Amino acid sequence: MMPLPWIMVFLPWVGALLLLSFPRLRVAAAVNIGCAASSFLLAIALFTVPHGEQGWTRIDALNLPFVLLAAFVALTTAIFSAAMIAGEGFDHWRIRAYHAAFQVFLGAQYLALLSDNLGVLWVAIEIATLASVLMVAVHRTPAAMEAAWKFFMICGFGIALALFGTILLYSAAQALLDAESGLSWAALKRVAARCDADTLNLAFVFLLVGYGTKAGLVPLHSWLPDAHAEGPIAISAVLSGLLLNAAMLAVLRAKAIIGAHPDTITTGPLLMALGLASVLLASLALWRRRDARRFFGWSSIEHMGIAAFAFGIGGPAANLAGLLHMIGHSLVKSAIFFGVGRAAQQKGSQKLADISGLIASDPWLGWGLALAIGAIAGLPPFLLFASEYGVLTAAMAAQPWLAATLALGLVVAMTALIHTLQALCFGTASPDLAAATGGAAVLAPLWLHLAVALILGLAMPAIFTGMLGAAAGIIG
Amino acid sequence: MTFGQLPYDLAHLLGGAVLLLSFVLLYQRRISAVINAFATQGALLALAAAWQGYVQGVTGLYVTAAIAFGAKAVLIPYALHRLVRRFNLQRGVDPALGIGASLIAGVALAGFAMMVVLPATAGQRALAREDLALALSVVLLGGLMMITRRNLISQVIGLLSLENGLILAAVGVAGMPLVMELSTAALVLMLAVIAGVFALQMGESFQSLDTESLQSHRGEGE
Amino acid sequence: MSILTGLLTQLLHLALILALAPVLTGCVRWLKARLMGRRGPHPLQAWRDVLKLLKKRPVLAENASAISRAAPYMALAAAVLAAALVPSFARGMVLAPFADLLLIAGLLALSRFAMALAGMDVGTAFGGLGATREMAFAALAEPALVLVALIFAILAGTTNLDVITGIFQEGALGLRVSLGFAAVALLAVAVAENARIPVDNPATHLELTMVHEAMILEASGRHLALWDFQASLRLTLWLALLAAAFLPFGMAAPGAGPIAWVIGLLVFMVKMAALGFALAVFESAIAKMRVFRVPEFLGAALLLGLLGAVFLFVSTGLS
Repeated sequence: MMPLPWIMVFLPWVGALLLLSFPRLRVAAAVNIGCAASSFLLAIALFTVPHGEQGWTRIDALNLPFVLLAAFVALTTAIFSAAMIAGEGFDHWRIRAYHAAFQVFLGAQYLALLSDNLGVLWVAIEIATLASVLMVAVHRTPAAMEAAWKFFMICGFGIALALFGTILLYSAAQALLDAESGLSWAALKRVAARCDADTLNLAFVFLLVGYGTKAGLVPLHSWLPDAHAEGPIAISAVLSGLLLNAAMLAVLRAKAIIGAHPDTITTGPLLMALGLASVLLASLALWRRRDARRFFGWSSIEHMGIAAFAFGIGGPAANLAGLLHMIGHSLVKSAIFFGVGRAAQQKGSQKLADISGLIASDPWLGWGLALAIGAIAGLPPFLLFASEYGVLTAAMAAQPWLAATLALGLVVAMTALIHTLQALCFGTASPDLAAATGGAAVLAPLWLHLAVALILGLAMPAIFTGMLGAAAGIIG
Repeated sequence: MTFGQLPYDLAHLLGGAVLLLSFVLLYQRRISAVINAFATQGALLALAAAWQGYVQGVTGLYVTAAIAFGAKAVLIPYALHRLVRRFNLQRGVDPALGIGASLIAGVALAGFAMMVVLPATAGQRALAREDLALALSVVLLGGLMMITRRNLISQVIGLLSLENGLILAAVGVAGMPLVMELSTAALVLMLAVIAGVFALQMGESFQSLDTESLQSHRGEGE
Repeated sequence: MSILTGLLTQLLHLALILALAPVLTGCVRWLKARLMGRRGPHPLQAWRDVLKLLKKRPVLAENASAISRAAPYMALAAAVLAAALVPSFARGMVLAPFADLLLIAGLLALSRFAMALAGMDVGTAFGGLGATREMAFAALAEPALVLVALIFAILAGTTNLDVITGIFQEGALGLRVSLGFAAVALLAVAVAENARIPVDNPATHLELTMVHEAMILEASGRHLALWDFQASLRLTLWLALLAAAFLPFGMAAPGAGPIAWVIGLLVFMVKMAALGFALAVFESAIAKMRVFRVPEFLGAALLLGLLGAVFLFVSTGLS
């Protein structure tokens, strides 16, 4: 019997093979949902597995919540996608490619989150990149091609740097590792204290910039808004909800290894610098967007910046806030993309200028999107308010001046978001060009995400609190 | 191992030759010459991997070498040549930065790589250190090529030669698990396939493989 | 005794080089012709040309100054002196202490300077054009040569070619990446210095492309013989230099007896033949590049030299 985490990884891939053979839209969408649902059940079952390594995978407090989150977002996205995909008008080859790529992407996500082996982690992120490039390019319009090409090139470069960092890490530790442990994260962390500090430093810089590219951190962030603006809207939801988290977790794994050595440079300032730069740049960039999906893509850069800043401060409180922030961002951002997708379909355009007065034309959609944008702006009572508050208090205690700068960035971003919220949801309704399809299945995921973000923000279940506390300890 | 011992010297020399080919890639103006230089680099890389396999006594590295040779010295260059001929693509590389300037930038990057890697890895054996420095130079030069060439095929080759640098680094570190090299090699093939698909599609939609023509299609114009 | 042996070696070396130079040029010409499917001139034709021309009186332009008369001798003298410094079949010649790479570079520059002056002296358009081009190329080729000398200096601790050859002969330094870079850079410089394809075509008289030929277009009779001989000498010198630096095996040690000399001589002949053959094949296989690309070509050589030096500097400085 395979260990449960392995099944978690292979199930979506088997599903992908299966999906390649379904030319019919309804069947394919249903199978897609089925795969995502079984993955979700498996993710819940993973909580029963004792923590530790199973070959090339590991289960610990750090990745379990994120696997569950990923499976949840994947399931709701699959439902959303099933309701929306009919409007895309795909031929049967694209239906096959789209659904298969979706499941390959999910499998790679789970692999990236669960892997204990840094080589496997790298391969997983690479596969996720390839699958998402395909999904971004699926429309084959010139703009989609440009976005996919940029995505491919910049992430190819970033991921190459990450592999170089991995090799450096191994070369630092090779004398201390036994033959079997290979690139095991646990083994590397064990021996890190006796490795050469300089090599570890260098390796961390490469890993940070490399995986940071995939996490959308400045300076190699420019693929992110483009990629979010193209492809079926469901892709934007999983890019923001899943891919960024997996990449950020990879950075955190690297940080945990490097942090285990007493004499390395403190990894914090590097993370804080990249995080702060991301927040400031994105908060300004948000004011100049005209395309709704690019707008929220930039907002993802801002939020990953906040999380990176939190991990840069370090310590249990800030780490916990950072993890909560990633979770909250995933939930709310994918909810936003569901809403934006619906709105764009109704109005026949994804330009901010063409969408207005959603509350008047479709109250369920309008209020849902309004609440979600409010949540992403950090307004109470959602989870992101709690996490941003946590980050700011921790920053205030450690670095008052940087905390003030961060707060400035947050305020600028928040006003931009509120500004957009008003334009999109309030005011007179712009004319609908197309009838809405899909009915409740489109809006249910949105409200479900909001509900979860609300519950987690108000009263986090004890099992998660304990687990995230332990996870904060792992990062160090 | 230090200088004057054959295993070290040859590995070092092969690494240097791969780096030299990276400069040749930057120097060439015609796309077919770039592809040929890339094929040579792939062959040299395969040689370096095989030599490391012999020195370290790891048979897995021979497989890496064979894959590198098959994919990078034969298959990919052949495919790229065909692509250029079949679609009658533009034959020049269309540099965004002049050839001379990119060569100077390349030397600066190579110097930078050495300044970064050599001090940071002072605790390790000389072989691994200098191999890592050479490999990082190849990686950075590949990146430079991606940045400074507008022609699509040259960008793809920049990415591929960057991957060459990674494999050079991986084979140079003794005992690096085999999984890595195999997957890397396989993935490089996939990357090329995808890039090829891209190239084809763009060939259809634009009649030219110049990424400059994509600039006007960015999500938000001025 | 040792001085006497040194002197003897030196004289033999000089005689060998002087006798060999036109033969080598002739051989390369003949080989190229054969490779291109022509019968080609006899390998000794170059010698015959020189001897014939030496007997003829030079015709000078009316406005030619003393420079036109003196330049051939100056260039040849510098070239002969440089050739005397580069070891061929044995080390430990009497001039060995002066066989500094920088000095050799300087002597070659001097001979080039004389040639450029001669080109410009009469004031014809082509002479001036050739001289400016030659100087523009030299501005890149010479630094490259100096950088290569620097690489040798870091590795061997000296720029003395005789000592460097000895050290390389022992093989204590092993194969080095920097040496590989230096070899490529030196080859590029050698091609440019000897006006070979792809930088210049030694057989052309097409106005747009010629560099070396343009400068000596006005020369005739005895002067032309001197120029031709000097060109042959430079080619031999460069091949000997490459052989001494990168193929040092077989060379007789200082003070070794006649048997070692004979062996060294044979090996030297083989090396020259191999290099000449390689040159002929190379020239037949590729096309001449546009004049405007030459600076790029030499610039690349310069950068390679720089890279080799930087690499060596960093790695020796840290290990």
